[in-house]
Amino acid sequence: MAYSFPEEVLEHVFSFLSSDRDRNAVSLVCKSWYDIERWCRRRIFVGNCYAVSPEIVIRRFPELRAVEMKGKPHFADFNLVPEGWGAYAYPWIAAMAEAYPFLEEIKLKRMVVTDESLELISKSYKNFKVLVLTSCEGFTTDGLASIAANCRHLRELDLRESEVEDLSGHWLSHFPDSCTSLVSLNMSCLGSEVSFSALERLVARSPNLRTLRLNRAVPLERLANLIRRAPQLVELGTGAYSAEIRSDTFSNLADAFSACKQLKTLSGFWDVVPSYLPAMYSVCSGITSLNLSYAAIPSSDLVKLINQCQNLQRLWVLDYIEDSGLDALAASCKGLQELRVFPSDPFGAEPNVPLTEQGLVSVSEGCPKLESVLYFCRQMSNAALIAIAKNRPNFIRFRLCIIDPQAPDYLTLEPLDTGFGAIVENCKELRRLSMTGLLTDRVFKYIGSHAKKLEMLSVAFAGDSDLGLHHVLSGCDSLRKLEIRDCPFGDKALLANAAKLETMRSLWMSSCFVSFGACKLLAQKMPRLNVEVIDERGPPESRPEGCSVERVYVYRTVDSRQRLDRPDFVWTLDEDSSLRYS
Amino acid sequence: MDCDLNLKATELRLGLPGTTDAISPPKNNKRSSPDSDSAPPPPKAQIVGWPPVRSYRKNNLAEAESGSFVKVSMDGAPYLRKIDLKVYNCYLELLEGLEKMFKLTIGEYSEREGYKGSEYAPAYEDKDGDLMLVGDVPWEMFKSSCKRLRIMKASDARGLGCAV
Repeated sequence: MAYSFPEEVLEHVFSFLSSDRDRNAVSLVCKSWYDIERWCRRRIFVGNCYAVSPEIVIRRFPELRAVEMKGKPHFADFNLVPEGWGAYAYPWIAAMAEAYPFLEEIKLKRMVVTDESLELISKSYKNFKVLVLTSCEGFTTDGLASIAANCRHLRELDLRESEVEDLSGHWLSHFPDSCTSLVSLNMSCLGSEVSFSALERLVARSPNLRTLRLNRAVPLERLANLIRRAPQLVELGTGAYSAEIRSDTFSNLADAFSACKQLKTLSGFWDVVPSYLPAMYSVCSGITSLNLSYAAIPSSDLVKLINQCQNLQRLWVLDYIEDSGLDALAASCKGLQELRVFPSDPFGAEPNVPLTEQGLVSVSEGCPKLESVLYFCRQMSNAALIAIAKNRPNFIRFRLCIIDPQAPDYLTLEPLDTGFGAIVENCKELRRLSMTGLLTDRVFKYIGSHAKKLEMLSVAFAGDSDLGLHHVLSGCDSLRKLEIRDCPFGDKALLANAAKLETMRSLWMSSCFVSFGACKLLAQKMPRLNVEVIDERGPPESRPEGCSVERVYVYRTVDSRQRLDRPDFVWTLDEDSSLRYS
Repeated sequence: MDCDLNLKATELRLGLPGTTDAISPPKNNKRSSPDSDSAPPPPKAQIVGWPPVRSYRKNNLAEAESGSFVKVSMDGAPYLRKIDLKVYNCYLELLEGLEKMFKLTIGEYSEREGYKGSEYAPAYEDKDGDLMLVGDVPWEMFKSSCKRLRIMKASDARGLGCAV
């Protein structure tokens, strides 16, 4: 059958497809469409850097301009993945430096990035524009200096919550005077002071600057001058928000803020002196996103601020807000979509603030658009969860963390099964769920029956038996990521649902009851899964039969080779079930 | 009850023929430990990675608390003392510590009436430089905002307190 459309026409049509899902679908239509599509794909997202190799990506997509990638599993955030496990960016950077001279964007999350990698990026791509490193580690401010110095068209440098070895603030001064292209600069995770004059000059010569997130070392006295030079800012992260109370500092700051008519997002606020908060009031009616999660602000001052922000859509805050503050939030901010409440004293045994389940119930009642919640508290009841579920059937993300991991319903002392059951039953669009508290196999039965759109589930200290895991793996049709710690789940459920694992991105199980034998069997049965046993006690087969492995990480991969960058505490198992370790 | 149904014969399993479960796992509900079989469960404070707060966030909270030593003066005393606020977990412990150090009684705190009925009232200077009554704000907030403590004579402390 001859094709009536020339390739160029098809390419043009495909250029309107931006979602990966659509592009993947298009490439399955026929060989010709596969070929045309792969030559015109410009952006790629790799959810697990070990699911594919740089060579495979480069071979299939020769003309990429933007690469986004994730490395370590989510539980690495909580120190459950030992240091040195992997997720090194360098092999990717090196391969892409050869293959993609026109690459413009690199976005990495939870990966190890070295100064060498940063230098290679800065020298390899003439048109490099965007570097976003989220929760990454392994580099120093020297690497940042290379980026600043060599990327002449840099638009975004965003170091979200990365762990950077801060040698000095001097890196910022490496931006040449000719660099005027900055749109976004996020240096909030850095410790050292940068040269304030260099910073001011940089801001002044960047007319397109929309996002500026300062670090703690930038004092409040400097803030006014900075934002005066960038009244077009849309997102601002302050430095330390404290100074001696002086009326001239205050009015200077208030003046500067009032000129920022486009401001939508505020963050930073380390070491807050509440008396300075009213300096921001002039912009509050336009604010849609407020991150106060590093700010120790008393509830009464928080309420005054929140009452100014009637158009708030996202609020991240510490539990200093208290139930009463959340009541006020529910009354004022009818457009609220996302709420995160973090613990001010995560390791204290006793509650240090009057924040309970009641705050969450209030917000779920008062905010009709609320769809995403992360809530740390010290007590919960089934009644509250049921009320929340009935109030807010539109939840997409629901993450609850009770500080005592196996706390029962504090009113009835029963497990919280029915409460979470109500959540999954009522919230039919739920995509992400994290649970804590006393939970039996029953809650997993509810999840397996109802949570049909659930994509990510996090479980800790829950369940009674393999049946729990089996319910989830056999029932949750949309499941992509499952992470489990300290649950009595083991071999039976894992092996009975082996095929399911290939439909998911990954499964993490630590401190459970998975035996080495089961891991070997799983690897044997499912050749397109990598089964990694991560165990720091030594070779797993040297332990007694039936002994549980410390951690197992299972993920699908099209890269048939074993990981070459494994540390000595990671054992990967292949089809022959023979052991490979470095 | 279950044994009559002979569930084992019909349950899904892919184990090697001839093998049975080697152990019947007890509920493992404490921390991840290499010797999970033998060691008694440690106190909850030692659970690795719990609560699930990112180190980045934990470090930021911790930094706010650095510099926990504060000077303590007592009206009428010739020299000051210094205490480490980190050592105390709550107001009760702090007040007991102060009572011991200065050999006096401070009495009980009430939101309405402060330290009514005792000879002395503890006050502190906060980050804004204001003199505040000890006990009005949550403990954690107090720890991070207290710059200096002052044990005042109750007669001088009347009228002191958080304006609402």
